[in-house]
Amino acid sequence: MLLKKTLPALILGSALTATATQAEVKVGVVTSSTGPIALVGIPQKNTVPLLPTTAGGETISYISLDDSSDPSATVKAFKKLIEDEKVDAIIGPSGSPNAMGVIQFAAESGTPMLAPVGTAAVVLPMTEDKKWVFKTTQNDELIAKALVGHMVDSGVKTLGMIGTADPYGENWSLVMAKLCAEAGIKLTAVERFQRQDTSITGQSLKVMMSSPDAVLIAAPGSSSVMPETTLKEQGYAGQIYQTHGAALDPFLKLGGQAVEGTILAASLMLVLDEVPDSPAKEIASKYVADYTAMHGETPATFGGNVYDAGLLLQNAIPTALESGKPGTPEFRSALRDALENTSEMAGTQGVYNMTPEDHSGFDERGRELIQVENNSWTLLK
Amino acid sequence: MNLQIAMLLGQDGITNGAIYALLALSIILVFTVTRILLIPLGEFVTFGALTMYAFQSGQDSSIVWLLMIMMALDAGLDLKQLVTNGMEARKAQWIGLKLAYAVIMVILVETLPLQEIHMAAQVLLTLMILVPLGPIMYRIFFQPIASAPPLVLLIVSIAVHVAMVGVGLLMFGPEGGRTAPFSAATFQVGNVMLKSQTLWVILVSLFLIVSLFLAFERTLYGKALRATAVNRMGARLMGISPDFAGKATFALAAFIGVASGILIAPITTLYYDSGFIISLKGFVGAIIGGLISYPLAAIGAVAVGLIEAFSMFWASNYKEIIVFTLIIPFLLWRSINSSHVEDEE
Repeated sequence: MLLKKTLPALILGSALTATATQAEVKVGVVTSSTGPIALVGIPQKNTVPLLPTTAGGETISYISLDDSSDPSATVKAFKKLIEDEKVDAIIGPSGSPNAMGVIQFAAESGTPMLAPVGTAAVVLPMTEDKKWVFKTTQNDELIAKALVGHMVDSGVKTLGMIGTADPYGENWSLVMAKLCAEAGIKLTAVERFQRQDTSITGQSLKVMMSSPDAVLIAAPGSSSVMPETTLKEQGYAGQIYQTHGAALDPFLKLGGQAVEGTILAASLMLVLDEVPDSPAKEIASKYVADYTAMHGETPATFGGNVYDAGLLLQNAIPTALESGKPGTPEFRSALRDALENTSEMAGTQGVYNMTPEDHSGFDERGRELIQVENNSWTLLK
Repeated sequence: MNLQIAMLLGQDGITNGAIYALLALSIILVFTVTRILLIPLGEFVTFGALTMYAFQSGQDSSIVWLLMIMMALDAGLDLKQLVTNGMEARKAQWIGLKLAYAVIMVILVETLPLQEIHMAAQVLLTLMILVPLGPIMYRIFFQPIASAPPLVLLIVSIAVHVAMVGVGLLMFGPEGGRTAPFSAATFQVGNVMLKSQTLWVILVSLFLIVSLFLAFERTLYGKALRATAVNRMGARLMGISPDFAGKATFALAAFIGVASGILIAPITTLYYDSGFIISLKGFVGAIIGGLISYPLAAIGAVAVGLIEAFSMFWASNYKEIIVFTLIIPFLLWRSINSSHVEDEE
């Protein structure tokens, strides 16, 4: 039960804050563990007790807050963390709209923010405010390039797309329009749906009428299942692609036989046993083992995004300590600079190389092409 | 757009419309009898679907503990009333019976091999656990304020809805669920495939609507509820208990909600928070019926389903906007056509 899982986390969290002293590094964590995007927020909150507790000889304490998926609650949580708790950095929030709303507050107070959110809009295009934001998920474009690459190789000439009517689907349709034009693939139909829709018949009929060689479904979480099952029911026989939003075990469970053969690109966490050894694989395996031991289930990728944020901070704190004591503006500013200079740091999602222009820092080591075979994730070779 | 597509969309629209019609009827029923806009109705839909899913996927069925807790609260309130109003042997017995019912439910859910039992038994068990939550909800949240102004009732109704969504997240988790269909058969009509689940939805909805109609026209209890809807004070003077009327309508609404959830669970993925938008579409139907006319509401709700299906084909971006904008012309038409009566309360 949920309560059983969250209680230890809460107790542990409060124990950590209780022992707080002035010198230690304080990190705020804001997740959406309740509300519509709880699917994303719960594994993130469960990851907090696993985050590194020391760096450069200093202890790190975490203050975990829930914003119940509500952007205005995120703003409140950020203000509380910045003004009352005087944190040195913030990990979160879980949702893209929530993150867009707090960038200015992080920037005003000069607090580095590590956002485990999907939309690239939090770090692109780079502005004075967004300098303070780092993103621990793969940019949609990186994933999309892998998918489009596979489409070109397998001779796909026309593509239909069904996406959610939210920033996630919106950004994907922008990225795909650009990449498809470059690759000479024709987008025949772009349809939208709501996560809570009880039927996607109309959209899928419209896509099928344009008879594309393949269909891409861009939807986060379990909502990515229904478009695919509907297409299959109506007899669509072409290849179906999914985004990293579908890279969750409920996708396999809900989709069952209908999602067999689906191709998607996502982090290596899904296919740990099959990828060749690498530093990222080692870290991801450790994270998955620790999380499973603590919560009794394997973590969703979203949890890994928060874990990586913790690793990035642990990696940057020693450098920042040279410029000032935790709790001072100098320290926070130095922390930001150190985060920006992160190079070749392996996390659960891949390898990070931050630059002033790229605050996400992934390269092709941050994604694998994966196919659903026998109702489990398999590395596509 | 050819005939085949029109038929597929029509099938889809009528299926959803049938569910909206059932919900619209319960909304009107509850509103006319108790003046409460039953916003948590959608939660009964999702709870029904997700409880079935929990049974079928072998998850923890903690929902039965909610029944236990609510039943205990309910019994506590009854007991308090008994103590202040003087003991009555029959009522004390009744409290014992209710608690025993909840205990039996807990024992059934904890001991039965839920995954293996026949689907009909799963459906029955789901109904037996969830339907009592309706009257209990009325007893705990609405009965103490039954004579409050409609606005207060509406606010409490919203609060109960928000609380139930939270409870849903706690019990079912954030992931959606989809159950096995009642039967996997499909029918070929022309060149269109009809799923048997669609027929189930339409037939069961029709059956429920007809039996509701008969119950209200032919039975004493139905007439009592209708009397309360027409004139609360008058009904009370004739010896119809308003508490009984409230509980009975809530039980009916809960039954319809849970049944709708069980019916659509095999067609669509439902999440713990999907209920609101579904009942809101039922509400649009109810508004078309002016919150008073059952046949108009049913027709309106089916129209909502059809418009939804076709707008999702023509303009998927604007589907929800189109559906909810429908309400405006009807509100305008209603407010122009009906003479305004000051609220008596």
